[in-house]
Amino acid sequence: MLASLMTQQASHRLRSVFFENFIWNQSPYTSVQDALFTCEMALDHRPKSAYALLMLRYTLKRLLSLVISLAVASVVIFTVIEVAPGDPASFMLGMNAQPETLAALRTELGLDTSKPERYFSWVAGMLSGDFGTSYTYRTPVADMVQQRMWVSLPLALYALTLSTLIAFPAGIYAASRRGRAGDVGVMGATQLGVAIPNFWFAMMLVLLFSIKLRWFAAGGFVGWDKGLFAGLHSLTLPAIALALPQAAILARVMRSALLDVLGEDFMRTARAKGLTARQALWRHGLRNAMIPVLTIIGLQFSFLLAGGIIIEQVFYLPGLGRLIFQSISARDLIVVESVTMLLVFAVIFVNFTVDLAYAAVDPRLRARA
Amino acid sequence: MNRSLILGCLLSALFILAALVSFVWTPFDAEALNIPARLKGPNNTNLLGTDHFGRDILSLLMVGARTSIAVALVAVGIGMGLGVPLGLWAAARRGSLIDEVIMRGNDLVFAFPSLVIAILITAVFGAGAINAIIAIGIFNIPVFARITRGAALSLWEREFILAARVAGKSAARISFEHILPNVTNLLIVQGTIQFSLGILAEAGLSYVGLGAQPPTPSWGRMLADAQTMVSIAPHMALMPGFAIILTVLGLNLMGDGLRDLLDPRLRRMRT
Repeated sequence: MLASLMTQQASHRLRSVFFENFIWNQSPYTSVQDALFTCEMALDHRPKSAYALLMLRYTLKRLLSLVISLAVASVVIFTVIEVAPGDPASFMLGMNAQPETLAALRTELGLDTSKPERYFSWVAGMLSGDFGTSYTYRTPVADMVQQRMWVSLPLALYALTLSTLIAFPAGIYAASRRGRAGDVGVMGATQLGVAIPNFWFAMMLVLLFSIKLRWFAAGGFVGWDKGLFAGLHSLTLPAIALALPQAAILARVMRSALLDVLGEDFMRTARAKGLTARQALWRHGLRNAMIPVLTIIGLQFSFLLAGGIIIEQVFYLPGLGRLIFQSISARDLIVVESVTMLLVFAVIFVNFTVDLAYAAVDPRLRARA
Repeated sequence: MNRSLILGCLLSALFILAALVSFVWTPFDAEALNIPARLKGPNNTNLLGTDHFGRDILSLLMVGARTSIAVALVAVGIGMGLGVPLGLWAAARRGSLIDEVIMRGNDLVFAFPSLVIAILITAVFGAGAINAIIAIGIFNIPVFARITRGAALSLWEREFILAARVAGKSAARISFEHILPNVTNLLIVQGTIQFSLGILAEAGLSYVGLGAQPPTPSWGRMLADAQTMVSIAPHMALMPGFAIILTVLGLNLMGDGLRDLLDPRLRRMRT
């Protein structure tokens, strides 16, 4: 009885949080449903070993779907690249190339083998860390990726940190003054935040902070060898531009998660035993609202990693996004193929980790274990 | 009536009106170059100023609204046209293999970094409005499939559906005659939201040069033109930006307002 009640509350809370998020097109709805299902089963009065077994089953299920997702993704990406008009070899040699030279280059690039053969050698290469060799630069794609990763990854982490630092206070403040002027103000600001295109916001930041105030460079990346501060300094404007819409979404999720928790019985109990509203919020409310919020943060990270692609264009940052753009215009298809696959892998893998962490960390699961 | 719905409807109406009026009238010819009058700030002749070719920005914005509407509308159409039947099908065969396949397929599309794939599609098949529509539309399919299935699942448990089944109606007929009309509200709300996301996506793709191509005016392209001019003519970047923000804001407010209006249960839960 208690178990089913708890599950009901849990699913109610998740549903409303995910409804919010759903609107913004980032919801892992079914995976959460899966997690809930595991939750329900775990709560369903079973001995300890059954919990471990369920967790194992859940992990295996997610792992299987991870592998299938990656396999399908690789086929889709390979097919899209294959049907792309324009032969890389003739593109590299220009219009007046001799047929023999062209044939030789095609052999060198491995373009003369059959499509399935090429697909499997690409996948096998990726699995062993060999992402192929760039057509234009003649350097291993893995090296190029590694270099660019040192821009894209810190940028995503920086933006995520900023977004969390903005969203938490804003969401908590709005929830604690629900329905009053402060709440309406914050919610209005988040409405604006999701409506602003981040690349336009980036231009405005450049206009204000680079051109007018001259606090930051308008673009480019100085490199980490100039020191941590200089590196972070040149990533600051891009990170703010990336963080803004994410912060708006996160603040909304934080607020609605907190509001859901505030309506629960244990919060009333906390007040009844003499805690002030503020104490109850900080001691009991926040901790319980964190579960859905952390899920969204995990999802946002993968979004930021791939979503930096346009912002990198605005600021001329030598990250993965710009690498894709440059490779597309140079018809360096192997780079496009491998980097896209890598980004897809990163997103799918982060989602997978979030799902697992979610099922493992949820105290409602632990309580029964 | 709630205020956000009214404000949202007003903003959205303004945007649609601007696009419609642009078919018959714009203050100036949107494509007419007028080099002597270039880079003028907002003034009495050109209300919102001129760009680096001396084109009137207000006229460009009005014509650009057409591109935004067309791209976003067709993209939502693709999403609904394919997503809703898939969702209905999955719900009608709930728990079966086909349900599993549809839902896993949805998860997969969701897991793709949509922006990267949109860029890949437009880059590989050529930049242009049509490819931008397809790229945005594909990512709308799982959104609609998912909410349709979710809502349909609970409807299938209801008595009136049971009555229809007892009356001997097939699953397909029940889906279209009884389930679909009952999920329309939800679809309208989600459609509004996806429409605003489509406008943002179109602006982003056009901004990096993969959406609408010259000479088609588009808000994203106007921003791309503005980028190099931003220090000498900030209004070139400000005006299209405001247009995008007000439109997206209007559509989002309308979506929220409609949701509250159409689903009183939710309103109670949320406030």
